[in-house]
Amino acid sequence: MSAVMQGNEGAGAAAVPANRFDWRPLAILAAIMLGAAPFIGSLPTWVTLTVAGLAMGMMIFIMASGLTLVFGLMDVLNFAHGAFISVGAYAGVSVLIALKVSLLATGADSTLWSNLAALVPALLAAMAASGALGWFFERVVIRPVYGDHLKQILVTMGGLIVCEQLIDVLWGPDQIPVPVPWTLTGAFTFGDIAVERYRVFAVVVGAAVFLALWLILSRTRLGLLIRAGVENREMVESLGYRIRRLFVGVFVAGSALAGLGGMMWGMYQGSVTPPMGMQVLVVVFIVVIIGGLGSVGGCFVGALLAGLLANYTGYVLPKLALGSNILLMVLVLLWRPRGLYPVGKA
Amino acid sequence: MADAVSNPLLTLAGVHTHIGQYHILQGVDFTVARGGLTMLLGRNGAGKTTCLRTVMGLWRASRGTIHCDGRDITRAATPELAHYGVAYVPENMGIFAGLTVRENMLLAARQGPPDDQRLEWIFGLFPAMKKFWNGLAGNLSGGQKQMLAVSRAIVEPRALLLVDEPTKGLAPAMVAAMIEAFRELKSTGTTLLVVEQNFHFARSLGDDVAVMDSGRIVHAGAMAALAADEALQTRLLGLSLEAHQ
Repeated sequence: MSAVMQGNEGAGAAAVPANRFDWRPLAILAAIMLGAAPFIGSLPTWVTLTVAGLAMGMMIFIMASGLTLVFGLMDVLNFAHGAFISVGAYAGVSVLIALKVSLLATGADSTLWSNLAALVPALLAAMAASGALGWFFERVVIRPVYGDHLKQILVTMGGLIVCEQLIDVLWGPDQIPVPVPWTLTGAFTFGDIAVERYRVFAVVVGAAVFLALWLILSRTRLGLLIRAGVENREMVESLGYRIRRLFVGVFVAGSALAGLGGMMWGMYQGSVTPPMGMQVLVVVFIVVIIGGLGSVGGCFVGALLAGLLANYTGYVLPKLALGSNILLMVLVLLWRPRGLYPVGKA
Repeated sequence: MADAVSNPLLTLAGVHTHIGQYHILQGVDFTVARGGLTMLLGRNGAGKTTCLRTVMGLWRASRGTIHCDGRDITRAATPELAHYGVAYVPENMGIFAGLTVRENMLLAARQGPPDDQRLEWIFGLFPAMKKFWNGLAGNLSGGQKQMLAVSRAIVEPRALLLVDEPTKGLAPAMVAAMIEAFRELKSTGTTLLVVEQNFHFARSLGDDVAVMDSGRIVHAGAMAALAADEALQTRLLGLSLEAHQ
């Protein structure tokens, strides 16, 4: 790449408007974490709730990140995203159950490697099943209704209900307990402070997904195309790129992430049920909206805010816990009507 | 106008375009001469923007044919046109506000990052692009955004450049800079089709002119001839060119 294209020429110009990162949403996140401490009273409880909130937020982020890109890039209101969450969870849990006898034996027979040998295929199966379902949905259900929001709501809602019924037929209507790998059970203890291992795992996976998405979006040509496509699809096509292929790729990747998030949510809850996707979809949509449609960074901060607030209010003001996410959305939209990190549409 | 007939790069023949229930283009016939700058003029709502968008494949022609460099592009998908060397600057400029100037340019360079010589040439036309190279495109002023839109379109050599109202909303000083840039661009042999409302700009640069009204071409010929005929200007455009200087 030429020296000019690398940015060496313009870098020295004094009058370049600064592309300052907006720290205020992150500052609010930190303020909520610190501000909750006096109301909770005890440090160990605060740490436990904070880690739980971050873990919950990370899992919501994994589920919501695909939806925000699909929303932003393709302008598709996809309620079937809930089906991708459920199907991913069921596919992953099925693999875990199948491998349980050989690899997840408890006690002395269980090792970290045997646990990983069961967990990794289960997570991959969740992503593969949801990704494949997403590909089918894009081609068969969503493609005929591009550009028509009302029809999108109707057909994707219908698709969600059909998928839920299919899960009922294939796996039965009862909840299925999830055999959580032994390595992820129990807690790390630091004096009086106990932090569940699974929550740490969720935080690590969520952070890894965010980092991977951030690197792809900010450091690759594919990411450049996706960011440009979120702003102005027509112009991307005019520049010679087939946005349809990009749509399909992003849709499948977003669906696969929903499956990964669904599997992790299932392990977190300890069981999976057919309507789990629909139940979690409300908070997923809230996070996508408060983050700013199409903004992965906004989705990340929004998910953490939602996770933390749900846990703090659940402890301090249990009666408010159910409405905490709605309250969060109202407050954020009053402050920033286009979300925390709005994506500029041309 | 002789060149446009004998050596056309772009030819529209009997092109009709419907948008929903509206019949916008109602049999457009005109040619754009290779290596020249053709101005597409007309009152608001005459169908000029629809004409460019139909050529770009953003709206489909319901009837008629469009040929570019001898190739039938009537049914070509929009991305294909970019591969044929057609670049488009829309009326709203279509810049990516969340990307830097550099990223906007990088995205338009399909054959790999442009060489320094090409970029320096563009910086010569539009010095602001060098100054704001790493700045967010969304932070640029209206005139700078227009410069970026044109710079992006010419980041690689193009056979045909379609530009929709490049001087819309620009300050007079910015219009003068744009005229100089287009004059330089013309000298490279690039073929241009420019929709314009600023008649001073149109007269300064146009080799040929086509005037639209109600979805049809009502006049086509040399720009110099239209500029010299006030009665024709008044009949076709409502006001004489002089009145717009």
